[in-house]
Amino acid sequence: MASYTDKAGRPIVVVTGMGMVTSLGQGKEDNWAKLTSGQSGIHRITRFPIDAMRTTIAGTVDFLPDSGRTAPDLSEELAALSAEEAVAQSGIGSKGDFPGPLFCAVPPIELEWPQRRILAQESVANGPITYDDLLRAAETHGHDAWHERFLYGSIADHLADRFGTRGQPISLSTACASGNTSIQLGVEAIRRGDCDAALSIATDGSVTAEALIRFSLLSALSTNNERPEAASRPFSKNRDGFIIAEGAGALVLESLEHAMARGAKILGVLEGCGEMADSFHRTRSSPDAKPVIGCMRSALADAGVGPDDIDYINAHGTSTPENDRMEFTGMSAVFGERLPDIPLSSNKSMIGHTLTAAGAIEAVFSLLTIQNGRIPPTINYEVPDPAIPLDVVPNVARDAQVKRVMSNSFGFGGQNVALVLTGEPA
Amino acid sequence: MSDRREVWITGIGLVSSLGEGLEAHWSALNDGSRPVIDETRFAPYVVHPLASVNFDQQIPKKGDQRQMEPWQRIGTYAAGLALDSAGLKGNKEILGATDMVVAAGGGERDQAVDGAILTEIENQAAPDVFLNEQLQSNLRPTLFLAQLSNLLAGNISIVHGVTGSSRTFMGEESSGTDAVRIGFSRIAAGTSEIALVGGAYNAERRDMLLLYALKRLAMHAPWAPVLTEPKGVPTGSAGAFLVLESPEHATARGARPIVKLSGVWSDRAKRGEPGAVEKVLGMLVDAARAAGDTGEDAQTAILSAASGAPDPTRAEVAVLEKSGLPVRSVTDRVGHGLEAQMPVALALAALSVSEGRLFAPLAGEPMEKPFDGPLSRAIVTAVGHWRGEGVALVERAD
Repeated sequence: MASYTDKAGRPIVVVTGMGMVTSLGQGKEDNWAKLTSGQSGIHRITRFPIDAMRTTIAGTVDFLPDSGRTAPDLSEELAALSAEEAVAQSGIGSKGDFPGPLFCAVPPIELEWPQRRILAQESVANGPITYDDLLRAAETHGHDAWHERFLYGSIADHLADRFGTRGQPISLSTACASGNTSIQLGVEAIRRGDCDAALSIATDGSVTAEALIRFSLLSALSTNNERPEAASRPFSKNRDGFIIAEGAGALVLESLEHAMARGAKILGVLEGCGEMADSFHRTRSSPDAKPVIGCMRSALADAGVGPDDIDYINAHGTSTPENDRMEFTGMSAVFGERLPDIPLSSNKSMIGHTLTAAGAIEAVFSLLTIQNGRIPPTINYEVPDPAIPLDVVPNVARDAQVKRVMSNSFGFGGQNVALVLTGEPA
Repeated sequence: MSDRREVWITGIGLVSSLGEGLEAHWSALNDGSRPVIDETRFAPYVVHPLASVNFDQQIPKKGDQRQMEPWQRIGTYAAGLALDSAGLKGNKEILGATDMVVAAGGGERDQAVDGAILTEIENQAAPDVFLNEQLQSNLRPTLFLAQLSNLLAGNISIVHGVTGSSRTFMGEESSGTDAVRIGFSRIAAGTSEIALVGGAYNAERRDMLLLYALKRLAMHAPWAPVLTEPKGVPTGSAGAFLVLESPEHATARGARPIVKLSGVWSDRAKRGEPGAVEKVLGMLVDAARAAGDTGEDAQTAILSAASGAPDPTRAEVAVLEKSGLPVRSVTDRVGHGLEAQMPVALALAALSVSEGRLFAPLAGEPMEKPFDGPLSRAIVTAVGHWRGEGVALVERAD
């Protein structure tokens, strides 16, 4: 009989349900088939006019009937779809009654241009329109529902109603590391004994014209517009930025004891979480990669394993010149001479950078990698960057036994979170 | 809970319309003066403007200040005050291992750019294309970073060097409660030694008032005390950060507790059900009363962070009345700082308990009764204007 606690005497935290939506499709099965066959979900943007845009491609989720409503509407729908898949797979609780808290990573939320324009028109202002005009219109035109819709907490609140999670849900953001943080908070709550199970969701359906422009103004996006599917080139010499994308990932986390007691199938183990913030710059990482190194090492330490125990890395790999170089520097320090022999790949080469959702989606892909003994490729790897020699599993998936994965996520504001995942309890 | 450690508050940073620092707040709370209110600049709305602050004191580089919108400056400033108060400023080793949980909103917009676009957009043949062109050429590139929720934490890392960990919670009032709760829980459980928790809010912005206005929830002039006359949210600019620390860690560096943080509870009433807020908040208050040193109920007060939104505030008032405990309204003193409101109220609760007495009642707020006895415990109630109920308990540390 396996122990219910890990080397540090804490409850072992396992995954019993997983779900996802990306630009490749809805559900694990569809996503996995496409990801391992090297398909890209990146396409020309049709949601809004792309005139005047420096970047005209994205990994938006356009196949849902209601895609293209407000960002919080779409984000909520993506979250709900992925969580339904995860909760159904886990068989936990009963419908609308999830026995644990919700940790939900959500994108930035604010009133959007269609609403601003309606208020401006309703204000019937006689001169230049100001926020005073919008305020007058807001008070008198009965847009009560917009108040709730554009509160940061509304997505998680609606999900808490839908899934019947316990207590006040936590909405969170650590920028592009948010998905990993949503998982980390669940792991910590179970280890503390606060709960036996937690629902971690990370979602992002926030590709609007303004969002695209904001990232574009920071020179973060690829402008390889000609062939959308070939634009995301993590770790390649000709990489030139990330591809903004949408999606959601959800995981049902449980203590091993709770999962075993109800006879649940164990899909994987969340062995370790590590984080370290970077104080160097708002958008750039410390050139010595110290925070990233510290983050990866603390994930290994939390898992109670060493660098030699990792046999695949699900890289952050955004395809920006800076991230991929910095991630290489960090991994070189952590994994040393063994690094070139560790297969690693970037799911973002195919699904783009799903921002808030990335960590959760990539955690699900990491566990699918272990489960299926097949490593998804890094596509568009045509011109290796000699400065960062890595085995990126170029262009074609590879069959390999993978026992333990490190999954990295780094974000603006100095956010770094790494996870260590395995298939089965030790 | 027997294996849980005590959690001390060893540093407090507070800035609001009443000034900065604990001393300024204590004297303002006790000199019987009216709250600082601006009823004209954002007419018809009431706001509590931030006291005059020299940001250079805590954010020495002008370049850093320029990269922030006001809410981030307020928060980074308050975080610096908290680290000063805890005697941690510049202690790289400890700051590098300090965990951070920040409650944040964000989204301060360039209102001039928005206004100019809205003025012209309906006259355009292709409005969406016009919008793209205008945003592309008029948005300040770094504005995005000044709007992002997690960039308050990011700025605290950059300016003060707090890098142990960094998490940002969103979700209005409840994010403030949960930021404190998670920081507290980790230390109590022994998985963190020291944490910086808090939040900040800039009330002096029309774009934030707009969100409340959509549901007619922003307080219109004239100002009224929220517990007696809950007619809307009187927003207030404020920032509050607390340094939470394990007794072992504090003692090892020679730090003393200001107070003990003895518990933080949060829940979510189903607001559609009649009586739900009363029931949930009542249970949380009972939990706080039963926790800690229960022998000192006679030395306990409640500090309310009520929003002033009519329905939830009336529900809270019912619970406060039923408790029979002396009550003070934090919102009547400094306004309501949304995500920051629980940290602000907790800072004032800690201040009162550390002083060993409750500040004087506010004229015109009959819910506040005189209480001259010694004060050894304070319960903070934080009911969201839309969702989420939170309670925290601080106790005298000796």
